[in-house]
Amino acid sequence: MASSATVGDLVSQPYKYGFVTDIETEKIAKGLSEDVVRLISAKKNEPAFLLDFRLRSFRQWLQMEEPDWASLGHPPIDYQEIIYYAAPKQQEKKASLDEVDPKLLETFEKLGIPLSEQKRLSNVAVDAVFDSVSIATTYREKLAEHGVIFCSISEAVKDHADLIEKYLGTVVPGNDNYFAALNSAVFSDGSFVFIPKGVECPMELSTYFRINSGDTGQFERTLIVAEEGASVSYLEGCTAPMFDTNQLHAAVVELVALDDASIKYSTVQNWYAGDENGKGGIYNFVTKRGQCRGDRSHISWTQVETGSAITWKYPSCVLQGADSVGEFYSVALTNNRQQADTGTKMIHVGPRTRSTIVSKGISAGHSSNSYRGLVQLGPKAVGARNYSQCDSMLIGDQAAANTYPYIRSQQPEARIEHEASTCRISADQLFYLQSRGIAFEEAVSMMVSGFCRDVFNQLPMEFAAEADKLLALKLEGSVG
Amino acid sequence: MIRPDAPLLLEIRDLTARVEDQPILKGVSLTIRAGEIHAVMGRNGSGKSTLSKVLAGHPAYTVTGGTVLYKGDDLLSLEPELRARAGLFLGFQYPVEIPGVSNLEFLRVATNARRAGKGEEELDTFAFEDLVRERLQVVQMDPAFLERSVNEGFSGGEKKRNEILQMALLEPLVAVLDETDSGLDIDALRIVAGGVNHLAGPDNATLLITHYQRLLDVITPDYVHVMAAGRILRTGGKELALELEERGYDWVDAELAALDRTPAEVG
Repeated sequence: MASSATVGDLVSQPYKYGFVTDIETEKIAKGLSEDVVRLISAKKNEPAFLLDFRLRSFRQWLQMEEPDWASLGHPPIDYQEIIYYAAPKQQEKKASLDEVDPKLLETFEKLGIPLSEQKRLSNVAVDAVFDSVSIATTYREKLAEHGVIFCSISEAVKDHADLIEKYLGTVVPGNDNYFAALNSAVFSDGSFVFIPKGVECPMELSTYFRINSGDTGQFERTLIVAEEGASVSYLEGCTAPMFDTNQLHAAVVELVALDDASIKYSTVQNWYAGDENGKGGIYNFVTKRGQCRGDRSHISWTQVETGSAITWKYPSCVLQGADSVGEFYSVALTNNRQQADTGTKMIHVGPRTRSTIVSKGISAGHSSNSYRGLVQLGPKAVGARNYSQCDSMLIGDQAAANTYPYIRSQQPEARIEHEASTCRISADQLFYLQSRGIAFEEAVSMMVSGFCRDVFNQLPMEFAAEADKLLALKLEGSVG
Repeated sequence: MIRPDAPLLLEIRDLTARVEDQPILKGVSLTIRAGEIHAVMGRNGSGKSTLSKVLAGHPAYTVTGGTVLYKGDDLLSLEPELRARAGLFLGFQYPVEIPGVSNLEFLRVATNARRAGKGEEELDTFAFEDLVRERLQVVQMDPAFLERSVNEGFSGGEKKRNEILQMALLEPLVAVLDETDSGLDIDALRIVAGGVNHLAGPDNATLLITHYQRLLDVITPDYVHVMAAGRILRTGGKELALELEERGYDWVDAELAALDRTPAEVG
């Protein structure tokens, strides 16, 4: 009998990636001070300009206060209880994967990210980041043939210091906001991508972030630069083990697109979300911003946010160049006690700039899911246009969905459209599909993927199906 | 068509069920053989819609007693989707809208689920398109409805046609049609009833749940059952429906009152 008990049985679909890798780790003592910032910089043998950037950011952070305007609630974060640097003990990163601790390779394999020569994904180059450091980057030579640089940001600091000095902190300044300032002070690793003039990156680039330690904060920094006429598609994925305590993740991503350049940045975020009572899970406070610096440049953000206890994230586009285009496609799913406050900012500076926002929020369980977005048209943004669509889907009757659209226009002639809708998956809809021979999980998945189709269509093909499955898995048992 | 030796498709014995704490079905027995068309009539609240939902496995209803055998096997232990794959079909009184799910995709997944239940191969997109276009004729439906979301923005009549289209694709052995005539104008009623008649055959059976005689003017039942207060009070041929039409349901109340007294007196 398809009673609610059967539905209940499906509830606790365990988080697949909750395991911990037992590996010797070098950690510094917990707590944050100027000395810690200096220590991190020293461990990485950084040039003076970078230490300077860190220290300036740190001093500004000390003057700032944690933002409280989002629709989120959490106990205060004790920044002195966090470890700011943890790295698996191993030899200095080698060109060959043979040198990498097999336990690490095994971990990534378990996560579905095989790194070894024979097994790695054939058309995706991967940078694998474990706790605070990058452990391997695949296909570097092949990319180098095209002049494409894809490496960890630590390596980039060593090998391409000029590019780092030129671009780092130019999109998200060290004092941009509380969490960005914190990241700028203590960031440990992340990815660097540089696509030279006129080059179309020959394969998908991807960084996979794995938090392993229980008491470590993760502060990665990603910088992607596409020169004139260059284009790249980049995907970020992430998971973490299950711990009872909350872990802080405060990343910064900066994108720079010059004339006619195009950057597509996709995220499938699956950090541990905490248990059904809200115990444990990642606090995800992330600053992502792209700058369409050149004319006719194009930056597109696609995100599928399914994990984290708290998501605070607004991937944005500064549309500076004339005729530049910004896009934001988002699916944010919250279940149990998860909270998400996410959206975007489209800052139209240049003339005839265009932006599109498609946001799909799915709230189940006792979760809360807010869309917060800003569309701003400045005095020079003549002929600028925006289209926004924000849809919410409620599952069950305990979840909350909010939409906070902000529009500031200094263009009386501008065309700004905003559409919003709310719907609910009902037990009757599911029964209808079941009574036609469609199994419960498939019924939920059909309805959710129908709802998310506009966004999934934007994902690289390899990941669209994954995203579909991930959502279905996350939702199992939440309807009934 | 009544054939006493036709295979048994559905045997309902002393079925009782409740929704939340409210008992609705209080002992329903009904036997359906291949080739038969049954009509269950009764007032609102008599339990006839509940009977259809219980047969299909709606989670809001709890079976508290009795048995239902489908082709000799226990039906009630099956999930709703397995009942459907085995050939039980419920035509809904109020088909729900499912925004974002394409009608064509839905029909294809449902048809393939049923085919899997029969041990037949899945139809690919092209083969299915051919099949669905052929079956659209049964209900004279515009192919444009395939491109829309399931039932979204459909009129009452269009929703009912979409139900019969599903029936035509799933080729059920037992079709339970819950108030299929409600909300239909006379033309739509003819089309829908025409579809049902077209699909009825010697190997399957139909259980019509209805309020009114007018559906039975166009679909001739072999048996008519009168339901009241969660029980089948009387069973007869098609003339019973005519009698109801003439005399109304008042006599049912009298019969029910008598019935309610009897068990109490017996103790």
